Amino acid sequence: MSLIIQSVSKKYGSKLAVENLSFEVNRGEMFGLLGRNGAGKTTTFRLMLGLLKANQGTITWGNVTPSKLTSRTIGYLPEERGLYPKLKVMQQLIYLGRLKGMTKQEVKDEVTEWLRKFEALQYENKRMEQLSKGNQQKIQFIASVMHKPELLILDEPFSGLDPINIDVLKKAVFDLRDRGTTIVFSSHRMDHVESLCENLSILNNGQQVAYGSLQQIKAAYRSRTIRIQSDFPLGYLLELEGVLDVQEEAHETRVVVQTESVVNVVFEALHNKGNVQLFAVEEPTLHDIFIDKAGSAHA
Amino acid sequence: MRNIGLVLWHTFYTKVVSKTFFFTSFFMILFMSIILNIEAILDFFDDDPETSVYSVAVVDETEELFIELEHTFTERDETIHFEQYDSSIAKDEEVFDRYDALLFIEGTVDHPVAHYEAPSINQSYLPRILESEIQSIAEEKRIEQSGISEEVIDNIAQPVVFSLEASDDNARSEAELDQARFFVYILLFVIYFTVLFLGNMIASEVATEKSSRVMELLITSTSPAQQMFGKILGVGLVGLTQYSIIFLVALVTFGMGMDGSLPQVSGNVGQAEQDMIQEASFSLELFLLAFVYFVLGYFLYATLAAMLGSLVTRIEDVGLAVGPMNMLVILALLISMFSLGNPSATITTVTSYIPFFTPMIMFLRVGMGEASSFEMILSFVLLIGSIVILMVIATRVYRGGVLLYSQGRLVEMIKRALIVTNREKDN
Repeated sequence: MSLIIQSVSKKYGSKLAVENLSFEVNRGEMFGLLGRNGAGKTTTFRLMLGLLKANQGTITWGNVTPSKLTSRTIGYLPEERGLYPKLKVMQQLIYLGRLKGMTKQEVKDEVTEWLRKFEALQYENKRMEQLSKGNQQKIQFIASVMHKPELLILDEPFSGLDPINIDVLKKAVFDLRDRGTTIVFSSHRMDHVESLCENLSILNNGQQVAYGSLQQIKAAYRSRTIRIQSDFPLGYLLELEGVLDVQEEAHETRVVVQTESVVNVVFEALHNKGNVQLFAVEEPTLHDIFIDKAGSAHA
Repeated sequence: MRNIGLVLWHTFYTKVVSKTFFFTSFFMILFMSIILNIEAILDFFDDDPETSVYSVAVVDETEELFIELEHTFTERDETIHFEQYDSSIAKDEEVFDRYDALLFIEGTVDHPVAHYEAPSINQSYLPRILESEIQSIAEEKRIEQSGISEEVIDNIAQPVVFSLEASDDNARSEAELDQARFFVYILLFVIYFTVLFLGNMIASEVATEKSSRVMELLITSTSPAQQMFGKILGVGLVGLTQYSIIFLVALVTFGMGMDGSLPQVSGNVGQAEQDMIQEASFSLELFLLAFVYFVLGYFLYATLAAMLGSLVTRIEDVGLAVGPMNMLVILALLISMFSLGNPSATITTVTSYIPFFTPMIMFLRVGMGEASSFEMILSFVLLIGSIVILMVIATRVYRGGVLLYSQGRLVEMIKRALIVTNREKDN
């Protein structure tokens, strides 16, 4: 059972929201979808939910298209949060759960369990508007997972939460994955993606600019940064072929090179020029890759 | 089906237990009770002029009229007392402390010249009754003097026989017309208030779910069509519940005020309605027809309201979005008002086929006997057809509309919503 997105394109009138997107998420895997605002993440999620129909390509979960899946199969935590402000927590979860095909008792049992896990049992009979933002988000999270979906879509699940609540929610997400739930989520926070995902895709203006496992993406990202501390100026390195940027800072200089092979060229060029205290090649962080891949169009 | 039921129950339950429902029902009941008991309430604060007791000082120079007046009123019930008054002190300032009015009569009994004086003359009952009484006394005297017998007079005054009959097949008798007019009145106002009140409720219900973003969760569980139907039926049920409560209260109020006679409905409702109530004649056929037109009208306007509600992002904009719908129903009300007095006018005939006006105006025409059965059936077909078409369009707009959070002009928003919904594949 896996989620397969194949050559999917979606247009709104003449505006292309997603173009030729392909990726695959295996059962029990956690997949990250990264991109700036307006990159096409929410559209991709809505396509996966069957709320929108792709102009081209196919989306399937275990060979079934989203519009044919039962509503119990998928769980969705939208980016824009909100439930009925005037309704009590349990009351609205019962309504939403029953719409998903659960019985009232099933909802009660499951919700009580989750509230206990989130140490929020005391809010069961509070109106939503009386809860803090963090607690509202926990309730919304419960609303998206209480029916035990096979496929869970989390749109920016950690935005607006304090570090303690982020940890609580992260733990819950890990638990779900361990129980076999397939999770696709989006985030602006690269540290979350690095700590949660095995595989990811980066979208920019509706196009997939990177896809694969974290290691693959890092390895494929050929550009490297070299940190150099020396007692002579390094501006001349910019004239070397393959050197993209030389940023001279107070104590060290950061040299960005096009490929790993250029590192040696730079190393050679330092020879006999003076004292070099530090020469270190940095692994690219996901943050660097993201800025480079997703920020380029607007740089 | 299960989901429609769930949405229906959720909509119904949350509305019915809300404070808004309680207060609107409470005020409507209060309003109804006041309207139905308006006479009693007015009487409580002001005595009914016809049942009050008056005393009138009379300065009579004919020396005969005073006796006649006193005699007449003593013979009838004793509500006006007369007292002879001396003309020399007639202008005394304190006279009105003791009397309600001062009446000067000069001339002769058959040709009297009367002058009425009171602290205020904005109350017309007393002078009117005095004038007509003096008039009849004078007439009696004149007849007596001319020597014509009473039989001759009665014979002259006898009313002619004049009856009405309509020759068209679907024409109605006068009693039926009164009854039809009564139903039309009721239906007009019920549809009018239903659209204004429930239509806006549906639109803001949809907009609230959208603005609170709970919609994002709902659309992953139920289809837009299920949601829309559930909501339309749920709100419709809220309306029926409210009408039932009001109807029951009205019945109870009627029952309490019914000491043998039904309460007097105040003047602006018209004689026909009073006759209707008093005769208690009731046409089940017309009532059912009114109910069918009401239900169809509700579905048409409610679908429109749900569609409009799905296009706005903020609750504040609901009023603006449903504006055109409210204008439609106001226009329908105006045309109906005109048509009640003129049911065969061309504008009535034409507008009775326009779906948004049909529930009011075609019912009016059928009720007034101006439309044949064929026309009625045709109007049903057109109306049901329009509802189906509107529902198809509304479901499409709703589907896209609930995913849109931008703002714009109504037509633009409908276009954008349809683009989002567009399920056609590009080739």
